[in-house]
Amino acid sequence: MQLTGAEIVIRCLQEEKVEYVFGYPGGSVLYIYDELFKQDKFKHVLVRHEQAAVHAADAYSRSSNKIGVCLVTSGPGVTNAVTGIATAHMDSVPLVIISGQVPTAYIGQDAFQECDTVGITRPCVKHNFLVKDVRDLALTLKKAFYIAKTGRPGPVLVDIPKDITNQKCDFEYPKTLSMRSYNPVVKGHGGQIKKAVQMLLEAKRPMIYAGGGVILSDASDRLTKLAQTLGYPVTNTLMGLGGYPATDKQSLGMLGMHGTFEANMAMQNCDVLIAVGARFDDRVIGNPAHFGSVARKIIHIDIDPSSISKRVKVDVPIVGNLPDVLDELQKLLESSDGVPDPKALAAWWKQIDEWRGKKSLKYKQGKEIIMPQYVVEKLYEVTGGDAFVTSDVGQHQMWAAQYYKFDKPRRWINSGGLGTMGVGLPYAMGVRFANPKATVACITGEASIQMNIQELSTAKQFRLPIKIINLNNRYLGMVRQWQQMFHGNRYAESYVDALPDFVMLAESYGHVGMKIERPADVEPALREAFTKHKNDLVFMDFLTDQTANVYPMVAAGKGLSEMILAEEL
Amino acid sequence: MRHIISILIENEAGALSRVSGLFSARAFNIESLTVAPTEDASLSRMTIVSSGSDDVIEQITKQLNKLIDVVKVVDLSEAAHIERELMLVKVRAAGKDREEMKRIADIFRGRIIDVTDSTYVIELTGNGSKLDAFLEAIDRALILETVRTGVSGIGRGDRILKV
Repeated sequence: MQLTGAEIVIRCLQEEKVEYVFGYPGGSVLYIYDELFKQDKFKHVLVRHEQAAVHAADAYSRSSNKIGVCLVTSGPGVTNAVTGIATAHMDSVPLVIISGQVPTAYIGQDAFQECDTVGITRPCVKHNFLVKDVRDLALTLKKAFYIAKTGRPGPVLVDIPKDITNQKCDFEYPKTLSMRSYNPVVKGHGGQIKKAVQMLLEAKRPMIYAGGGVILSDASDRLTKLAQTLGYPVTNTLMGLGGYPATDKQSLGMLGMHGTFEANMAMQNCDVLIAVGARFDDRVIGNPAHFGSVARKIIHIDIDPSSISKRVKVDVPIVGNLPDVLDELQKLLESSDGVPDPKALAAWWKQIDEWRGKKSLKYKQGKEIIMPQYVVEKLYEVTGGDAFVTSDVGQHQMWAAQYYKFDKPRRWINSGGLGTMGVGLPYAMGVRFANPKATVACITGEASIQMNIQELSTAKQFRLPIKIINLNNRYLGMVRQWQQMFHGNRYAESYVDALPDFVMLAESYGHVGMKIERPADVEPALREAFTKHKNDLVFMDFLTDQTANVYPMVAAGKGLSEMILAEEL
Repeated sequence: MRHIISILIENEAGALSRVSGLFSARAFNIESLTVAPTEDASLSRMTIVSSGSDDVIEQITKQLNKLIDVVKVVDLSEAAHIERELMLVKVRAAGKDREEMKRIADIFRGRIIDVTDSTYVIELTGNGSKLDAFLEAIDRALILETVRTGVSGIGRGDRILKV
């Protein structure tokens, strides 16, 4: 059957069982939009800015493990999308981005709304394609979906010139695919796994360090089982929160720059470390030389060989798909005669409990000024710890990560790698599309929320009952904190002046707005938002302490155990 | 240390920019890079000369392998291999220099492939240090132009890089 390129695009998306396409029309994608108009198998979500389309698709994927799909036009459509693509790329989120391009004959002529999409996006995608022949279109899209989801996931972009979308050819969606240049490893090396089991059983001060890979590969059940079989402490990275239940006694919470005292101390002082889907990045281990100054054996499981021994040398590298490797590890562990040394383990837990005794996350909530930490704690209580929580980037992001205890994977959605301000609201939209009945809260700040505030309009159009928790301290809080600590209190351009009245702003979009100024009002307001206004988008503007800082803190370039604690100040 | 990395890569548009972009984005060093299609027109073969610590070279090969279009990567310098580079040198060859230039070219087994009454173009093949030595051996003032292809390499004996 002969179909046009535009029809082929639509058919491919249907074949891939796509439910939602997040996008924004424009000249180069008009044929595609015309075909999209004629079908009802998947829905299109019209955002108000292409960046938000990618963020929404990204969160749709993060909160569901399906592939997020976006559709944008050439030129500015693509360049607006780049921040979203780079954000997804840094956090290994599977997306397929379809972009329009000027007609083939115009490429390179500086045509209207032309840009070198493949060139611009190349460093921030897993792979990209420019389709030059309509006969390649179906296979290219098939490859895009396959590459996005397999191996270490990531965004894949397919750039389609306008003339291609209007040319016809026979259509058949390829059922299978094999690529000689791309065959991701699945099974881990048996010998290495055996070595890892041995090492784990011989540990005196063991530590499990679990990252975003656990979430991405749906391995949290297996990780939890392994940790509980061994009885070893677990810490999660910012990207790994929810990968191991935070309320379990074996959980030490988050580690890293703003990790708990116990997690960072245990990470630094363990003798056997097993890294599961994590990459030892600078915000996690601090100074690698300082981290390396303590002798310990490291087992590292990751699907991406280039993540292994990149920043830290490891003793037992295992390349493979986490669920497969963890299954194998569990099996070997259970059939092994050895057990962890109970005496050593008890002594290690005693040490950890001493570190826990520091209560590094404590803060004081007075009667007058709302502490931002308090709002997150109350949000946790009011939502029963069961909400999907998105955040933007900055202090509020860290408080959300520290005080909302995630027991399930895919509930915590944030930009960990790229640290993109403005993701919170579009992330909340994407989560809600993937989980239509879920409670969704967006913890944000008055600066971040303004970076994609236009999406209040999209949220209105699609009646998305997101609860926006705006921790408003009238500062770029994290910038101000660094300026206070490292730049002699010179608050260069970190004061946010001329803020809108967020209540009126929310109301002007047809949402509910609330302003909360006193600690006593925090919980009642949250309850009202999540019960009376269950079905509304509620913008909750919490005026919080302007001087609050995030602690503990490992300053950039410092070692993990060189934390600054709140009590020391 | 200096390494010679050989890559088989799908002969697609933009393949070269994926490789060169990777090197610049990750601050890896490139001394030379050569690329051309192989006997199988769907594949290109690339030879990259780079230098760095063992850790850096390990990252380079891992990152190259991660590129979707890359089929195979081999660090040739890990074992016995041959490397060659082609250089064309245009020199002034007039008067007393004319005979001398011919003589040095012969010593280095170079071939004169273009002649005018005042210039030669000399073709020279070898490893990098041989080409350097030739340039050292002739009078600098007589060099009008040089062009080098960068290194191509191949494994010795049974070491074969093929799909």
